[in-house]
Amino acid sequence: MTLAPPSKRARSGPVADKIFGWVAKSCALLTLALLIAILTSLTINAWPAIEKYGFSFLSSTVWDPVQEEFGGFVMIYGTLATSLIALVIAVPVSFGIALFLTELSPSWLKRPLGTAIELLAAVPSIVYGMWGLLVFGPVLAEYVQAPLQKAFAGVPFLGALVSGPPVGIGLLSAGIILAIMIIPFIAAVMRDVFEVTPALLKESAYGLGATTWEVVSKVVLPYTKTGVIGGIMLGLGRAIGETMAVTFVIGNFNQLDSISLFQAANSITSALANEFAEAGEGLHQAALMYLGLVLFFITFVILTLSKLLLSQLRKGEGAKT
Amino acid sequence: MKFAVHYSVLATAVATVLSFGSAYAQEITGAGASFPAPIYSKWASDYNKATGVKVNYQSIGSGGGIKQIDSKTVDFGASDMPQTDDVLKSKGQVQFPAVIGGTVPVINVKGIAPGQMKLDGQVLGDIFLGKITRWDDPALKALNPGLPLPDAAIAPVRRADGSGTTFNFTNYLSRVHPEWKAKVGEGTAVNWPVGAGGKGNEGVSAFVNRLPNSIGYVEYSYVKQNKMSYTLLKNREGVFVAPDDDAFKAAAAGADWNKSFYQLITDQPGKNTWPISTATFILMHAKQDKPANATEVLKFFNWAFANGGKAASDLDYVPMPADVIATIQKSWGEIKDPAGKAVSFK
Repeated sequence: MTLAPPSKRARSGPVADKIFGWVAKSCALLTLALLIAILTSLTINAWPAIEKYGFSFLSSTVWDPVQEEFGGFVMIYGTLATSLIALVIAVPVSFGIALFLTELSPSWLKRPLGTAIELLAAVPSIVYGMWGLLVFGPVLAEYVQAPLQKAFAGVPFLGALVSGPPVGIGLLSAGIILAIMIIPFIAAVMRDVFEVTPALLKESAYGLGATTWEVVSKVVLPYTKTGVIGGIMLGLGRAIGETMAVTFVIGNFNQLDSISLFQAANSITSALANEFAEAGEGLHQAALMYLGLVLFFITFVILTLSKLLLSQLRKGEGAKT
Repeated sequence: MKFAVHYSVLATAVATVLSFGSAYAQEITGAGASFPAPIYSKWASDYNKATGVKVNYQSIGSGGGIKQIDSKTVDFGASDMPQTDDVLKSKGQVQFPAVIGGTVPVINVKGIAPGQMKLDGQVLGDIFLGKITRWDDPALKALNPGLPLPDAAIAPVRRADGSGTTFNFTNYLSRVHPEWKAKVGEGTAVNWPVGAGGKGNEGVSAFVNRLPNSIGYVEYSYVKQNKMSYTLLKNREGVFVAPDDDAFKAAAAGADWNKSFYQLITDQPGKNTWPISTATFILMHAKQDKPANATEVLKFFNWAFANGGKAASDLDYVPMPADVIATIQKSWGEIKDPAGKAVSFK
């Protein structure tokens, strides 16, 4: 759109305002339209699989392109398990990083450390994947997996958890690589929100004799919880959607025969990336589309849950603890 | 007023693009299999130097190539799997083989040099079915008396992505191993009972090189380029052969190309044949809407058959045998322009 140059310097006039409003609105609507379009085309393309399997697709563990039998449980489980492992590792570490950077670090260290973390976020995921496969995997196999197997041999649940060929490929490797990938995101967001806590509040707490931990847990965290949860969700979103790095280290194995963390497994995105190009027309492709739809849905549920969590937290605000 | 100016500029731009399009019709596009992509690209650049015609090949995988040619978005498709004659007929397409290669089992076992380990279809199938799980299994010992087979678990590695290489490998196993055929079958992606999956030939090579006591399968060129430890394989005649150009060529020579180009050249007769050989195929529509482009495609492959042999050998592919090329050229008579006249390739 070409606009007439504004006649007055101070005000651009009601016409420009209207046009600006219209442009902004159409941007917002475009996002919504895109979302609906993606959802619709996914559903249409997945329809043969949805029609054939319905919800049993979600619980079936068979993935056999030759016999055209498809079930998504292995991939769904892999996606959720690796993301969960990643969060369990990444959240405390990120919290520590952010806490150190905002409260404890000497000021000369803040900048280089902060920049280093931001740089980590810029490393392409395929680099993490290669590193995971060639460097981290062998280390994990030799120094973690083998000793753990020895230690837990014969122990009922733990033994099964660490069974499997010690090759450094599988759910745990993928989870750890994902954790390393999402730590910079979560840490950067946490640091930024911690920094906006008003100094007045913190210093009042210190003035009352609170320790650093008390200040962080009773003042900073409650003040910034929306931002912190937002950061964690950003990280989780990346973990669930990550493809290349996971493909390298997860093993791409479409069977689920143990609960072992060292078992090669598969994730939704990895299966999509690997199989889509060569999937023939028909059920195989539809099943992959169905998986994509499931991923969409998982992300949606997680977003909703985080919103619910936030509103619950907000309700509790002001109440005595 | 301003809008009018914009539209006229736009119109000129469109007109320019269109006129360029028609003036440079000598650009053809193809898409499909990734296995022959290096040689097609090499041929394309050599051909461009020789004739000025641009051949644009997109390596998107065989499945993608079939989809693209079905929807006529490309001038030719490429697939590692031949299409059956019935499928071709129903789609109004023709196919011809372009180049030959082979799939080779590779191992990473300490103390065993390339070409020392001997395998047959039965044992290979048992390993990938998860029935043979250790390197010192009696079946492996029987095939390899005197080899220092370690007391270690076998770590099978296979392709995670759908691939013509996997099709070739599983097609071979289905032919020689009845239980494999019943339980797993053949396809670009199958329901693997065991094994870690690597993405692409490079992924499988990386896994095998990294994991001690592993076994995988890759395209022959990867074996050569990465100096991987290949195994010998027992062919139909009971001879243990090493994978090389001559062994692939022998497999291709045995097929009856005159009858149909639907030839899967795994487990072929002949003393020197490598049992997991493959040809890779070009797909085109029999009735051409754009006969000028079809002519260029055929000219390109005609040129490649005549002049591209050395480039193919350099990249560890095997050029088609001369008599098969004659058969292919004859088959091009089926590709017709809208008037029903055969498209020229001279």
